[in-house]
Amino acid sequence: MARPRVLILRAPGTNCDVETAYAFELAGAVAQRLHINRLLENPGLLADFQVFCIPGGFSFGDDVAAGRILASLLQHHLAAELAEFKSRDKLILGICNGFQVLLKAGVLVEPDAHGPLATLTWNDSGRYEDRWVRLRVAAPGCVFLRGLESLYLPVAHAEGKFVTRDPAALGYLESAGRLVLRYCGPDPGQPAPYPDNPNGSWADTAGVCDATGRVLGLMPHPERHVHRTHHPRWTRGEGSEPGDGLLVFRNAVEYFAG
Amino acid sequence: VLANDAVEQVIRGPLPFRRLELGQPYVFERVTVPLRAMDAAALERLSRQGQLYLSLAEMLAIRDYYRQLGRDPTDVELETLAQTWSEHCSHKTLAGPILYRDPAGQRQFENMLRETIFAATEEIRRRLGPDDWCVSVFRDNAGVVRFDDQYHVAFKVETHNHPSALEPYGGANTGLGGVIRDPLGTGLGAKPVANTDVFCFAPPDTPADAIPPGVLHPRRIMRGVVAGVRDYGNRMGIPTVNGALYFDPRYLGNPLVYCGNVGLLPCDKAHKEPRPGDLVVVVGGRTGRDGIHGATFSSAELTHQSETVSGGAVQIGNAITEKMLVDVLLEARDRGLYHAITDCGAGGLSSAVGEMGQHLGAEVALDLVPLKYEGLSYTEIWISEAQERMVLAVPPEKWPELQALCASEGVEATAIGTFVPTGRLVLTYQGHQVGDLAMEFLHHGRPRILRQAVFFPPPAEPLVPPDRGDYTEVLKAILGSLNVASKEWVIRQYDHEVQAGSVVKPLVGVANDGPSDAAVLRPVLGSCRGLVLACGMNPRYGDLDPYWMAASAIDEAVRNCVAVGADPKRIALLDNFCWGNTDRPETLGTLVRAALACHDVAIELGTPFISGKDSLNNEFRPPDGPPIAIPPSLLISALGQVADVHRCVTMDFKQAGNLVYLVGLTRNEMGGSHFALVEGLSGGQVPKVDAGLARQVFAAMHEAIQSGLVRACHDLSEGGLAVAAAEMAFAGGLGARLDLQQVPAEPDARHPAVRLFSESNTRFLCEVAPAQAAAFEAVFRGLPCACLGQVTETPWLEIGTPRPLVHAEVAALKEAWQRPLRWQAT
Repeated sequence: MARPRVLILRAPGTNCDVETAYAFELAGAVAQRLHINRLLENPGLLADFQVFCIPGGFSFGDDVAAGRILASLLQHHLAAELAEFKSRDKLILGICNGFQVLLKAGVLVEPDAHGPLATLTWNDSGRYEDRWVRLRVAAPGCVFLRGLESLYLPVAHAEGKFVTRDPAALGYLESAGRLVLRYCGPDPGQPAPYPDNPNGSWADTAGVCDATGRVLGLMPHPERHVHRTHHPRWTRGEGSEPGDGLLVFRNAVEYFAG
Repeated sequence: VLANDAVEQVIRGPLPFRRLELGQPYVFERVTVPLRAMDAAALERLSRQGQLYLSLAEMLAIRDYYRQLGRDPTDVELETLAQTWSEHCSHKTLAGPILYRDPAGQRQFENMLRETIFAATEEIRRRLGPDDWCVSVFRDNAGVVRFDDQYHVAFKVETHNHPSALEPYGGANTGLGGVIRDPLGTGLGAKPVANTDVFCFAPPDTPADAIPPGVLHPRRIMRGVVAGVRDYGNRMGIPTVNGALYFDPRYLGNPLVYCGNVGLLPCDKAHKEPRPGDLVVVVGGRTGRDGIHGATFSSAELTHQSETVSGGAVQIGNAITEKMLVDVLLEARDRGLYHAITDCGAGGLSSAVGEMGQHLGAEVALDLVPLKYEGLSYTEIWISEAQERMVLAVPPEKWPELQALCASEGVEATAIGTFVPTGRLVLTYQGHQVGDLAMEFLHHGRPRILRQAVFFPPPAEPLVPPDRGDYTEVLKAILGSLNVASKEWVIRQYDHEVQAGSVVKPLVGVANDGPSDAAVLRPVLGSCRGLVLACGMNPRYGDLDPYWMAASAIDEAVRNCVAVGADPKRIALLDNFCWGNTDRPETLGTLVRAALACHDVAIELGTPFISGKDSLNNEFRPPDGPPIAIPPSLLISALGQVADVHRCVTMDFKQAGNLVYLVGLTRNEMGGSHFALVEGLSGGQVPKVDAGLARQVFAAMHEAIQSGLVRACHDLSEGGLAVAAAEMAFAGGLGARLDLQQVPAEPDARHPAVRLFSESNTRFLCEVAPAQAAAFEAVFRGLPCACLGQVTETPWLEIGTPRPLVHAEVAALKEAWQRPLRWQAT
C-alpha cells in the first residue's frame, strides 16, 4: 500500500505537531512538519501532499482570537492552493487550534452572503480545561470517522464552544449531516450537560466536516489517545491497544489505499 | 484593583486618547561612581539606594579593589558585581562558611552546601562506581542524569517568590518561562517535556481587614499565580504534570512560587564549552526596561514599599516568543551551530555572558543589543532581565547558517561580541569603553563572610489526642483542610497531556478525579520507558524540627515515586530551600539542620541530589510591626524512572473483594500532623525517618509492583491511614472495611487516633487480589506489613472493629474533599 504524504503545518505557537506527526506515522503515513513560512514562500509545496493537517497549539499566541491570524494567512495567501487541494480528492484535518483555524478561514463551513455561519468561542466555564470526553459519531459521510460509532478522547482548550450565527444555521448544518462528532454522556441518546459537554457547544458539537466529508475539524485530540496507556483508566483495565484516536488517522491512510 | 498601588486611577466609561508618551532616545554619557572616596556610611547608602543590596564588607572589598586599580568604577561595573555577587546568583550564604551550633556541639563549614548536599551525591556516585547514572550535577543550569541509550534528562526547579508577591500573574508567568530556559540552557540544550509547580499561599479565606498595606489578598495572588503558570505552560506546549499547594498564614506577605521543568537531552549533547573567537550571540526576545534589578531585589526583604520601589523588577513574559526560540534552538543544536548555550535569567546579559565567559573572557558592544524601545542606558541593557533570551557561543563559520535558520522562523539573533582569551569582561557602547572587569575578581573577589547558625529544639511537649467514640467528622475536617483538599480546579486548567506522553495523570480513578501520588510520562514517543515526577514538602514539621522535616520531605517525594512504580535505585532529587532572613543565626540554624538531614537521608536511600536552588529573605515587613517570616519551606522534587510504563499502578481501589494491606510501621508521631491542625493541638513527636528500613520497604514495594502483585498503591501522608483509605475508596468508587488492630505499630501507638491519623513516614496502603496475597506477603517478609481488611462493593468506608471509629459514605467523604477549592470562575 502506498503511504500517503501528510503535511503537518507548523506556525509560531503550534505545539502538537510532533505527536500528530507520530500518530500519522503510526497509522502508516509519511508525515512532514513544515513551517508556515515555507508554505508562504512556496505555496506549490502543498501539491506534494495527500493530507493537510493543522495540529493543536496557540498559533500566533491566539492573538485577536483563537486561530484568527493563521486563518487570515491561509485565506489571503493560500486560498487558491487550498481550493485546488480540496478539489483533488485529498483530505484536510484540523485538530483543536487547527479546527479553530479551518473554521475561521472558511475552509470547513463556507460563509454565505451575510458572513460566517459558525465559530468557536470561549468555553462556558470561562477557562481553559483539560478533561476526557465521550464522543459519538452523529452522521455518516466523514472519511476520518468511517466505521466508528464512539470515541473517548481528551479536550484541552479555552475557546472550544461551537456556536452558529443563528438557530437556522445550526439547523442547516445539522440536517446536512455536517455536525459529525458530538459530546455525549453515558447515554448517547441524551443531551450532554457539563462536563460531558465541556464547553457549552451548541448541539453538543465537538467536530464538523465540510460538504464533501473530506475536511474535518474537531476540538478533541485524537493524537493523545493512540496507545492504551493514554487512556485515563488503563490501570483499571479500560481502553485498548491501539487507542481510539489512532483509528481517525488510520481512516485517513486507508482512504488512499483503495 | 485598588489594592494595587500601580493602579493610580480608575475611570468608568470610555477612555479618551489624548496623547502618547513616547520614550526619549538615550544620549550616551559614561557614568563613574566616586567609590574610592566613600566611607562606610556612604557605601551602605549607595548599596541600598542604588538597589545593589550588597553588604558593607562587600562594598568595602569593591572600594579597596578600585583603590588598588587607581580609578573609580563605572556604573555598569558596579552593577555587574552586584548582580554576580547577589544572593540569587552566587548563593553566598549557603555556599559560604558557616559556624553551626546545636545541643550536640558545633561544626564549622567552609562551604555548607558542598559539605552536606553535594557531598551526599559524591558519596552515592562513589558507591555506585561504574553504575553511576549521574551525568552532570550542581554544575550546569539543571541537573542531568541518564535516561536511556539515547537520552539523558535534565531537571530544575526555581522559585519566583518576590515578583509573584508584587504581580502574581506576571511573576508566576515568567517564573515558569524562566525555569523552562534552564534545561534549554543545559548542555547544548534539552527539549522541555514536563513542568511542575508548587505554590504556598496564605489561606484564601483570610479576612480582608487582616491584610497589611502593600499586600495583595491571598485569593487574588492564588488566582493570578495559577493563571500565570497556566498561560505560559499551556502556550509552550509543555504538560504540567505534578504539583502541590500548601497554605499557611505566614505566607501572607510572601507567597512561594516554585516552578520546575524537565528536559530531554541527547546523550552526545550533554556538555558545552565556548571557544576563543566564538561570537556572543543573543537570540530570542528583545531587551527592554522590564526586570531591572530582579536578581538583587529578590535577595532583599519585601516591604509595603516594594511595589513602588521594585515594580520594574518584575519581567514581562511572552510564551510564544519562547516557543519559537525553543523550536529554532533545538534545530540549531542538532545541526551543531554553536559551542555553548545559557539562559538570560537573573542578572540578564551580565550573568549570562559573565558566567559563560568565566574561564575565557568576553568583549560585548552593548549598543548592538536589539531593544524593544529607545531610551535604555548601556547599564540597563546589560542588567535587564527581559524574558525569552538565550546567549550562544557561535563559531564565526557557523554564524551565517544560524542567522538564516533563525530568520526563517522569525526569531531574532544578533552577534553582540566575542569570547576572547583575556580573562577580562570588556563592555563598550558606541565605541566607548564603559566597563573592564577582571573575570577573576568578578567570580572570586567576593569576601567570604563567616555566618553564625544556631539550632535549639523547642521544648518537647506531649500531644494527647482526645478520646472520641467516632472520628468520622475529624476525617472529614482533614479531607477538607486546604493542604489535603482536591486541587482539581488548578489541575484542569493545565494541559497535562500535550506531547502525548501521559501515562499516569495527576487525576486518576473511576471518575478521573482522584489524587495521584505522582505523574508518569513517556518522554520518547514510541518507547515504553517512563519518567516519574513527584514532590514532598511539609512546612508544619519544620516548626518542631527542621531535620525531620527535611527527612520527611525526602521520604515523601521518594515514596510518591515508588507508589506508582518507579525504581527506587533510579530516583534523583532536587532541593529548593525557601527560608526567612538567614542573617538571624537561629533562622540559618534551621536551614543547616535541614541540609544535614538531606545529606544523611539521601546517602541512606541512594537518591542523589542533582541540582537545587535557595531563596532567602522571604519575609514581609508591614509598615507597623515586626517582619513576618515564612515557615522553613524545603521542597524536595523527585525524578524517577520506570523501565516499562505498563507496570505502573494508580491509587484508586479497583475491585471489591480485594485485600487491603498496610506496609510500614506506624508510630506515635502526631506532631505537626493535620490531625493536630484540625483539632487545634500543638506539640507531639514529629515524624522521623528510619532510612535503613525505608530503603528496604521501597525496594520490596518496587518488587511487588514489578511482579504485578499490586492493584492499587497509595502513600500515607497528611492525615495518615484514614485519609489514604478514604482517597483510595472515593477514587475507585468503592468502599472498604479495615481493622485498626491489625496496623503494624510501635507499642506507644495504640491510641486509635494515632493509628488513624499519625503521619509516620515510609508507609503505603496497597490493594492486592486474594490470589496474590501469599506472593505479596512473601515479598514483605521481615518487614512491617499486615492485611487490614478488604475493598467492598458497598460504597462506605468503615475503619475499626468491632466498633467502627470511622463510618461514612464514600460520596460524603469525597464531597468534603472536593468542596473547599471547587472554585467556579478562573
